[in-house]
Amino acid sequence: MNIHEYQARDILRRYGVPVPPGEIARSADQAESLAAGFGGHVVIKAQVHAGGRGKAGGVKLARSSAEAREHASRILGMTIKGLTVEQVLIAPAEDIASEAYVGVIVDRASKRPVFMVSREGGVDIEEVAARNPEAIRKLAIDPRYGLLPFQAYTLATALYDGIDQQRACARILQQLYRAFVESGASLAEINPLVTTPAGEVKALDAKMNIDDNELFRHAGIAALRDTSSEPVAETTARDAGLTFIKLEGNIGAVVNGAGLAMATMDLIKFYGGEPANFLDIGGSSNPEKVVNALRIITSDPAVRVICFNIFGGITRCDDVANGIVEATKRIEIGVPLVIRLTGTNEEAALQILGKAGFGATTSMDEVVQKAVELAAAAGGEA
Amino acid sequence: MAIFIDESTTVVVQGITGRDGSFHARQMMEYGTRVVAGVTPGKGGQFFEGPGGVEVPIFDTVEAAIAGTGADTSVIYVPPAFAADAIMEAAAGGTRFVVAITEGIPVLDMTRVHAFVRDCGVRLLGPNCPGLLSPGKSKVGILPGQIATPGPVGLVSRSGTLTYEVVYQLTRAGLGQSTCVGIGGDPINGTSFIDCLEAFEADPETRAVVMIGEIGGTDEQEAAAFARANMSKRIVGFIAGQTAPPGRRMGHAGAIISGSAGTAAEKIEAFERASIEVARKPSDVVGLVRKLL
Repeated sequence: MNIHEYQARDILRRYGVPVPPGEIARSADQAESLAAGFGGHVVIKAQVHAGGRGKAGGVKLARSSAEAREHASRILGMTIKGLTVEQVLIAPAEDIASEAYVGVIVDRASKRPVFMVSREGGVDIEEVAARNPEAIRKLAIDPRYGLLPFQAYTLATALYDGIDQQRACARILQQLYRAFVESGASLAEINPLVTTPAGEVKALDAKMNIDDNELFRHAGIAALRDTSSEPVAETTARDAGLTFIKLEGNIGAVVNGAGLAMATMDLIKFYGGEPANFLDIGGSSNPEKVVNALRIITSDPAVRVICFNIFGGITRCDDVANGIVEATKRIEIGVPLVIRLTGTNEEAALQILGKAGFGATTSMDEVVQKAVELAAAAGGEA
Repeated sequence: MAIFIDESTTVVVQGITGRDGSFHARQMMEYGTRVVAGVTPGKGGQFFEGPGGVEVPIFDTVEAAIAGTGADTSVIYVPPAFAADAIMEAAAGGTRFVVAITEGIPVLDMTRVHAFVRDCGVRLLGPNCPGLLSPGKSKVGILPGQIATPGPVGLVSRSGTLTYEVVYQLTRAGLGQSTCVGIGGDPINGTSFIDCLEAFEADPETRAVVMIGEIGGTDEQEAAAFARANMSKRIVGFIAGQTAPPGRRMGHAGAIISGSAGTAAEKIEAFERASIEVARKPSDVVGLVRKLL
């Protein structure tokens, strides 16, 4: 789950990280009065779940509250990487002497949290990594001990030369690590971590991604989810325990398992069709999940055919079959269903479907080809 | 021969009285797996009724289960909030191999689990995986037993149901398997592609290997480099997610394209550099395997 910069700033502030003040505005009026409160010299930052906000024109500096109003009215409502900006952060502009990057992520390769720090802050860290990998200092952390004081200090010496700034930075790294672990994050970064002409070290920006699997133990963080910028169907699907991603095609797909779902999308394209969605009903599915899946897919008017590709393991084919039958009783499907179903409790499933008048195949290539044909035929009529 | 499990493997099921645990304990027993114990805290001393009225003793802890039955392998079906602890309990309790089926374990939990299990000297498979199956000998996990048949093909996959798909097609084509391993799709897992390739290379029964990957991460690229340097046996590879839109999470925490690292194109290129035969769709695997045998 992504959270907004202002939300990440609030979390880091709670852990003691020196983060300058900042407030959220949802209108130009609000932006102007907040800017006036900060003395007029402020930065206006779009709050969207996308990187590259600055390049897209979503971050502006204002010298007066009137100018802040102007910038805010332009930024609010603009789209950045397909996402509409609905709120801006207004924060006092800071005088900056240097900009560094600090971040911690869960690293697949070392199977540990890894800190990355660089003197080259304020820019896209992936670019730095590609252009000048030596400019990034990395350190893997043993999660059982956490970030040890000497490790935090060693990282700090890679960024700063004076003992005061090194100590301040080491403290911030410890606070960042605690926030990272206790929030259930998969990424937490400060970019830029700045020094002021007076020598203070401050976090001007914050970014955190939360591991979805942690949300059950962090109700406060789960409540930070902003669903305003995502398609309604994706929110509905998540609430129903499904993973759904809307795509541009006309072949709806209901699959169990992410790998098979991706392979099904690939195969639809291979045979010349276009998938309307990625939908994984997951394991241990009960019939209700299938009903919800069909409800979500049929709400997309572009869909011409729905293709089931179920390979039962922990998912029982009879549960899926019951879900299909139940769904056709409760909702108007309106488009043909093509069904492929094999694996755990396959015989029972075929019986249930047969009784309700549905055919089913056991071949994935066959069901996908059939779906592509039906979509092409229906596409001509639409 | 087979890798990791065979007819001598004895299994303790953690979470044997739950919905999934009890269902799959029965399925494993029907397949012929030697399920010798179950663990559910508070139900120690009771019995789990398997197929044909066979009674499996239930214990409160893994330690007690192993003291009572000598089980060498654990399979875990407990809910995500308790799964990390269950894996560490199995590793500390004296098993040699732990298979974690549970989906949804927090990744930070897994960073600690990984270090703990490694220190115990125990092999972990998963989490968020379907387990493994040595056809005709033993299955540990949730793979449907009837889709597999004994033979010379070793199979390793990051996916669950896509694994079944390929195994099923191999079986229908008369190409049996030595062992089918689902390593799971989470960012941090116990057994890697490389661990499986190494084991298949050493297994005299395995004559060719099928490796099924997904977008996200660099495990497949590293496995390809390993194969190029260390494998005499030939490999057929497939990558799922060739048409996935970039930057979107496709269900598995592992299947995320970040920057240029982890795209299907990149992985396919790494396979080709390592002389791995690349299948364009799952049903092409059969023909390519046949060519190698």
